[in-house]
Parts: sequence; C-alpha cells; structure tokens
Amino acid sequence: MSKLSRRGMIKVGLAAAAGVSGVGAAALLAQKYGLVPPDHGGIWGLGETMTYAAQRLLTRHSLAREFPASMISKPPFANELAPPNDAFKRLQAGRFADWQLTVEGMIERPSSFSLAQLKSYPRRSQTTILACEEGWSYIAEWIGVPLSHVLDVVGVLPQARYVVYYSIEPDWWESIDMADALHPQTYLAYGMNGGELPVGNGGPLRLRVPRQLGYKSVKFVTHLTVTDSMKKFGKGLGSASPEAGYAWYAGI
Amino acid sequence: MATSGSVPLEGRARSSAADISAATVAPRHSVLVRVTHWITFLSFLALLVSGIEIVISHPRFYWGETGNVQTTPLFILHIPSSRNLVPTGYGYVLPDQNGWSRYLHFQAAWAAVVTGLLFVISTLFSGHLRRDLLPRRSELSWRVLWGEIVGRLSFRPPRAEEAGSYNLLQRLTYLFVIFVLFPLVIWSGLAMSLGFDSAFPAAVTLLGGQQSARTIHFFVSIALVLFLVVHVVMVCVAGFRSRMRAMIAGRAGSKMERT
Repeated sequence: MSKLSRRGMIKVGLAAAAGVSGVGAAALLAQKYGLVPPDHGGIWGLGETMTYAAQRLLTRHSLAREFPASMISKPPFANELAPPNDAFKRLQAGRFADWQLTVEGMIERPSSFSLAQLKSYPRRSQTTILACEEGWSYIAEWIGVPLSHVLDVVGVLPQARYVVYYSIEPDWWESIDMADALHPQTYLAYGMNGGELPVGNGGPLRLRVPRQLGYKSVKFVTHLTVTDSMKKFGKGLGSASPEAGYAWYAGI
Repeated sequence: MATSGSVPLEGRARSSAADISAATVAPRHSVLVRVTHWITFLSFLALLVSGIEIVISHPRFYWGETGNVQTTPLFILHIPSSRNLVPTGYGYVLPDQNGWSRYLHFQAAWAAVVTGLLFVISTLFSGHLRRDLLPRRSELSWRVLWGEIVGRLSFRPPRAEEAGSYNLLQRLTYLFVIFVLFPLVIWSGLAMSLGFDSAFPAAVTLLGGQQSARTIHFFVSIALVLFLVVHVVMVCVAGFRSRMRAMIAGRAGSKMERT
C-alpha cells in the first residue's frame, strides 16, 4: 500500500470517528432541546428528524405569511368530506348549541367549553394559505380564538410538551408541539371569510395550524389533551398520520 | 511493470509505488468526487420516483400563490391521479402513495443537499473547480464551443487529451447543473414549505408565490432529468466501461480501452 493511501485511510478513519461521535452528540442535544419528533424511528426517522429540527431552529417564532383580503380564494374551496357521523348530525340539528370542547391532561383546571364561551374570548383573524400535501391550496380568512388563550385559561403545567387534538370523527387526531400550540396564529377557528366556519371547511370548530399542511388542521375538534409525551397515544408516533404512513411534522 | 499503459489494474496495485509514474496513478476522479457522484445519483433517483408519486396526487399546475380544482390551471398533466378530488377523465383512482413518497423525498433531499455542500466546499479547496470545471481562458470562445457542440452531436468519442479532464461543453454543463439547476430546485422546493416560508417569506414571493414555486420545481426537475439522459448518452459515446470504471475505481483503465 502506498504512503498516500495509508494517509488517506487514516483520514477516512478519523473522519468516520468524528462523524459518529458528532451524530451521537447531536442526538443528545436534539433530544434535550425538543428537536426530535415522535415519529423519529424507522427508516424515515433521520430525514424526518433533520427536517423537524431544522425548522424548529429556524421557525420557532416566525409568522405564517398573511395576505390582503383581495387574495382570498373565491369560491372558498372545501375539500371532499366523508358523510358526518350520527353524533355530528345530532349536534348539527341543534345548530351546534351543544358542541363542547373538553380539555384535560397536564393542566391545572380540566374544563369544557361551549362554542359561545370560545366566541366570548378575544377574537382574532388571519388571512393565510391552507395547503394540502397533495399540492392544491387556497387562501381564506380564518376567525377564532388563539389556542394559547384557551391553554392559559386551563393553566398548562410547565412539563407540557404536546397538545393532542381529536375530531368528533373517529380515528382523526393529531398533535403539535408547544411551539405550535402557543404560536399566535394557531387558532381554535369558528369563522371564515367574515361568517361562520362552513361544515365543509371544518365547522363548527377547527384547529387551525397555518405553518403546517392542511392535514394538521383537524376538522370538527371536540377534545384536547395536554401531555409531556406522545408514547401513550395510539402507537406512540404522535398522531393518526404517521400510523397511516404520513409524517407527523408537516411544516414542509 | 515500468511501461504500464495497458497493464491491468490488479497488476498495478501489486507493483511497488516506485514503479508507477505519476501519470498512470493520477486518478481520473478523486475519491470525494466519486463518492459524492454516486450518493447524488441515488438521491436523485429517489427524489425522482417520489416526486412523480407526489405529482400524481394532483397533476395540475398553477401560477401565483394558490391553486385548486376550482381555479384555472396553468396546465394539466393528462395522467390518472391518486386522489378522486382531481377530475382526470380516467375512470379510476390510483392507490395513494404520498405518505412514504413524502418521507423519502425529504430524506433523499437531505442526503443530496449534504452531499452537494460537501462537494462544493471541497471543490473550492481542492482546486477541482478551478482546474476541471471553470473553462480554461484559452477555450472561452464561440468557435471552440461550436466545435464541441458539433462534436457531441455527431457522437464522436472524445479526443485522447480529453480523457484526463473535461472539455468546454462539459465544463459549462456541469457548472450550470451544479450552480444553477441544483440551487434552483432546492430553492423552489423549500419555497413550497409553509414552515420555511414563515421564516423566509422572500424565498417564495421572489418566485411569484407558492404554486409558482411548485411549477418551477417541476420544470427544473425536468431539466435535471434531461441532463441525466444526455449525461448517460455521452458516457456511452465516450466508452461506458471505461467511464464507469473511472467513476467507480477512479482510473479510466488502459489506454487501449480509453481510445
């Protein structure tokens, strides 16, 4: 073996050792600073973790782009929807007067809110893009109460790391980290384009997460759970999406 | 062993270092170029397959910020879709493969970007960029360029002196792919990300909107596929076996094979 290639081998060995220890150190730091998503295991875990970590480092406090009212998509696009279940139909027949949002988990005051109560809280609106992972998108004005306000009302405990949210439709649930849960543009949305939130767009209550793809904005929300770990929920991957093969983090 | 032009590689490897002149040892491609080349190739294949899968879920393209089945498309790909939301004219819906396609797309994108950065940084320091990629001053003329284009279009194999480095047309093409197409495909890809756009809004507004970014991403991808096709054809013209050996083992092989 020539001198040159021996030196080369030593270089490669050192680089590999540095790489392995670098990855190890990065993994520990990432865990410590909450940069590891619940679906970090498996063959896609590395790319998923890099995407989530990079976006969390860059976008923790950044605001989704907002648009002038003139850019609101007309007509408002409503995605295809399975026929609602019986529980939804009963509430719909009563014009959603009995719709309840229950909140439990790592909070000081487990609570239940009617739509009227939610509407009595500070009313905010944002005109943002809803983009689907399929490729289509639309702009709408979303009206609601910031999720952070409701979390303040129930008193989130300091160890909380995720907010899990459930639709009235079975097996439709998601979760977001506290960076998104406390983000000023994350709403419990009950209105759209100046009026009520249509059922086709998730009415009467949709959790709107404008910095992530549409599938994180779950329609017909009835229940929230605040937790410090996603391990006990479903298969422990963070939400129903990874269980169906989709990434938990949908900021990209 | 001293006159080694046509000595097989194995024979050379066994001979002592002193026997081999610098000219025969000097690899056609450095280890870094070879490793990054093949990682980029594998990543590109993964990005292409998963990218096609993702497009199938909505084979319509738009210009501006938004677009959906209720808005006028810029153009439509007349292919079946994996979602029943899209009116395609086909009486069936393909199975939904977006979940793993998106996971694979971003994982391969990370591999390609990390590899690309490694390549670009090392190419600046190793002299590869200056020596092999930037056009030689003497070559920078329309006459030389035209000669190269005619040569390539007539599928003439490269001259012997080109076996050690790249000709003008190759240099310009590689520079364009590395410093224009790759950055543009990364930029337009990131500009589709709602999270990325929240931190860097100019990245998407400069491209004309989120749907414009998607359309640009599509066309730049097609340009990269065209490059791949031409690249492989040129490798075949130049001698598939010797060029593959050069990009895998580093050396092109014997002079016999080279010409």
